[in-house]
Parts: sequence; C-alpha cells; structure tokens
Amino acid sequence: MEKGRIIVSQAHFALIIDRLCHQLIEEYDDFADTCIVGIQRGGAPLSERIYRHLIDNLGIDHIDYGKLDITFYRDDFRRTEKPLEASVTEMDFIVENKKVILMDDVLYTGRTIQSALTALNHYGRPDRADLLVLVDRRFNRHVPIQATFTGIRVDALEREYVKVEWAKYAESGEDRILLFPDKKEVY
Amino acid sequence: MNTGTQNLSTKHLLGIKDLTSEDIRLIFQTASSFKDVLNRPIKKVPSLRDLTIANLFFENSTRTRISFELAEKRLSADVVNFSASSSSLKKGETLLDTVNNILSMKVDMVVMRHPAPGACQFLSKHIDANIINAGDGTHEHPTQALLDAFSIQEQLGDLEGKKVAIFGDILHSRVALSNIFCLQKLGAKVRVCGPPTLIPKHITKLGVEVDYDLRRTLEWCDAANILRIQLERQDIKYFPSLREYSQYFGVNRELLDSIGKPIVIMHPGPINRGVEITSDVADSAHSIILQQVENGVAVRMAVLYLLAALGKA
Repeated sequence: MEKGRIIVSQAHFALIIDRLCHQLIEEYDDFADTCIVGIQRGGAPLSERIYRHLIDNLGIDHIDYGKLDITFYRDDFRRTEKPLEASVTEMDFIVENKKVILMDDVLYTGRTIQSALTALNHYGRPDRADLLVLVDRRFNRHVPIQATFTGIRVDALEREYVKVEWAKYAESGEDRILLFPDKKEVY
Repeated sequence: MNTGTQNLSTKHLLGIKDLTSEDIRLIFQTASSFKDVLNRPIKKVPSLRDLTIANLFFENSTRTRISFELAEKRLSADVVNFSASSSSLKKGETLLDTVNNILSMKVDMVVMRHPAPGACQFLSKHIDANIINAGDGTHEHPTQALLDAFSIQEQLGDLEGKKVAIFGDILHSRVALSNIFCLQKLGAKVRVCGPPTLIPKHITKLGVEVDYDLRRTLEWCDAANILRIQLERQDIKYFPSLREYSQYFGVNRELLDSIGKPIVIMHPGPINRGVEITSDVADSAHSIILQQVENGVAVRMAVLYLLAALGKA
C-alpha cells in the first residue's frame, strides 16, 4: 500500500519542466558557452529531461551536457554506516570560463551542492554556476546555498521525505513527486 | 541520493584468504570508479582528507610503495613513510614498539610490508588502526592479487571459468598464493607451472593443477602470470643455472607465436628480462604489464577507501 501523498501529478510535473526550460532560455538565450551538469544520481534524470526538451522541442541547437558524480567529494564519508557507492561521471568537456547550470532533483541540506561545487572545480574554473532544482525544501538548510531556478517549493518537516519518481524507472510509470511522513516508509 | 552499498567483511586487509568473493567484487567495482577519477584532468578527490596513513616498509619495494603512496595522496590522506633501512629497528626496537610509537602520533591506517610471514596478522591483534598487508614474506600480497585479477577481468570479462596459469618461482612467491586465492574465489581455474623444486609439495590441496611443461600450460591458459625468480629468498640452489631456467621456463616470442592463440601476458615486476620473459614478449601487444601498474593505484585507492569507511569511530 502506498503511504506517500502525491504533491505533484504527472500533468503538473510536465508543466514544471516546461516552465523551467523557458526560464533557462530567457536567461541563457542560445546557450552559447553554457553547459548543463546533472548531479548523480537524482539530478541525472532531471538534467536529461530538461536537456532533451530544450533540444527536441524548444529549438536549441547545442548545449554541452554532462553528469557529475560527487561520491568521493561528499562530506559525510566515514560518518554514515555504509560506504557510498559511486556512479558514473560523464563529462567530456571542461567548464573553464563556461556558464554552468548544475541540476539536482531535491535541494535539502545543501551539502550535495557544496560537494558538487568542489567536484566541479576539478573540471576547471567556471565563469559562473547556477543551480536548478526540481524541489526546494526550504527550511532544512545546513549551508547557505540557494537555487537560481526552482520547480516547486516544499515546506516539509525534517522527518518527512520528498521523493521524485521518473516514469522511466518508477513502478507507477508516471512522473510525479510524493511526500512521505517518514523516510523509513519509502524504502 | 546515493543509497550506499554493502561493507567489506573485514576491518584489515591481511590476505585474500579472509575476503569473500563479494568483498572482491566490491573492491573491483570501487576500483573502476577510481580509475575514472585517475583519467580526469585533476586526479585527486578529498575522501580521506581527515586521515593519516603510515607506510611501513620493512623490506625493499619500489612499485608497491609508490603505488600505495600515490593512491593515498590521490585520496587526500596525509602520509608518513618509514623504511627499515633508516629506522631505529637497527637499534634493536621490536616491531610492536616501532608501530605503537608511530600510532601514538595518531595514525589511522597502516600499510605494511615485512619479511616475516604473518607480521600483519600479529600486528592486527595488538593495534586498532586498519592494517593493509603490502606483502609479508612468502605469505600473501593481497593488493597485487587484486590488481592482477582486476586487470585480467578488464581483458577477458568475468573470471568465472577462465583459465589462468602462474609460472615460475611458486615456492617463494606471496604473489602466487594471493593470486590463487583471489582467482579461485572469482571462479577461475588456476594452474601453476615451474621447475619441480620451485613448486610447493602439497599445493594441489589448494585446488590448483600442477604442470611442469611450459608449452602445454601456455596452450591451456587464457592468461599467463609470469613470476620472477626470487634469488634473494633462495637459500639453496633450486635449479642449475639461470640460463637453463630460461631455456625450459622462459616465455619467448617464438613459443607464443607457435601456440596460435592470444594469451594475456602478465608480470608483477620487477622483470628479469631474458630470464623468465624475453623483452619482445614483455613489450608486446598482449602484455598488460603496464596496465597492471596503472590499475594498481586504482585498486589500492578502492581498498583504502572501503577500509576507511569501516574505520569510523
């Protein structure tokens, strides 16, 4: 039995993605010297969806696109019970003097983004880095990090859990966002 | 959203014998990720930035020591090096005292090479730090076996059912013993080949085959790990001359060409060119000797990373 409450349905989800893409076009125009970097793992499907929508449906010719794994840069290594499993990094370009749009599914404590910024520096010094997130959990930040582009703001308690489901991977076969009263009930 | 994975089943890496096949696969999976890191413009990650690692080498080493040190530095650990030739050991200090002194300077992990088999085992009973065996006498050399198996897997895919032959001085080789354990845990078939005097008497009890014919063994195997004759450990003469040894057990181009199938050629180094292997074989396209060295850093990073993950207070 499903215990999570749907806070963004499939139709609403598509609208959010569409809106975020248009916000990006407004800001970056033709995306010259700009690259999209999805943070593994949650940011990877989001960045892929946005990248494809920009290229396939919104007439953008070319954007550098990569996926960044931050496992070895995380600050909670040796502070969690289990070792952290790495994902693949696919970055076939350097970010020196480029505008970077980092993407992640949920912005929560901000520590993931902090680690991603460290990892990003290993690919050069970007001209500027922005952050796009699908969900911004506003009230649980551990570090002073804010998103430039936000899909939806969710005010949730610390014990609650926000889960982004992608049609491609989810049992439901739908894109949606759910709120669970307790993380233990998710997995 | 990293979900984490299973832990290693052991706090120390004393030998392959103590590892499960899941441990070995976890190390390989992590090593692949670190291999990616090593191919980036900046080859350093901050994972072990709050750790200090002591490299205690009571026996000479070039490759292993540099490989460990690089692995540690690529993971941002602080490193202290110690070698027996320049230490107080000469003044009569015991192993335990030496190590305890170093540990009281707040060292979190110890990488140790020692001429006495079981030295790491002994140490692990007396100190809290994670210990990694970098070779203990003629006993085990686990990271070498891991990088050997990792390198074969890169060439041949999953090791299940693959045939790997180990040639040369099996009697004195810690690499051979660790390799046998590691390859068998991954499902490979292992055969050893060398002069009868250099094959331990009851080695078949480990489940390996023994053959004294170089050609027949080469024809059988998919990968050949050719070991060095360890003259420094040989207290008596095990064969009449190096010249005779190379005639019977030296791998050369003509021999390999006449077999008519590709064999992955490996050597843990240092190579005695012209003795166990000729230069044209060591430098040939089928040789992965330099890949072994490259993989060594990634595999050692994986071992350090996974043990560090367990070592939290």
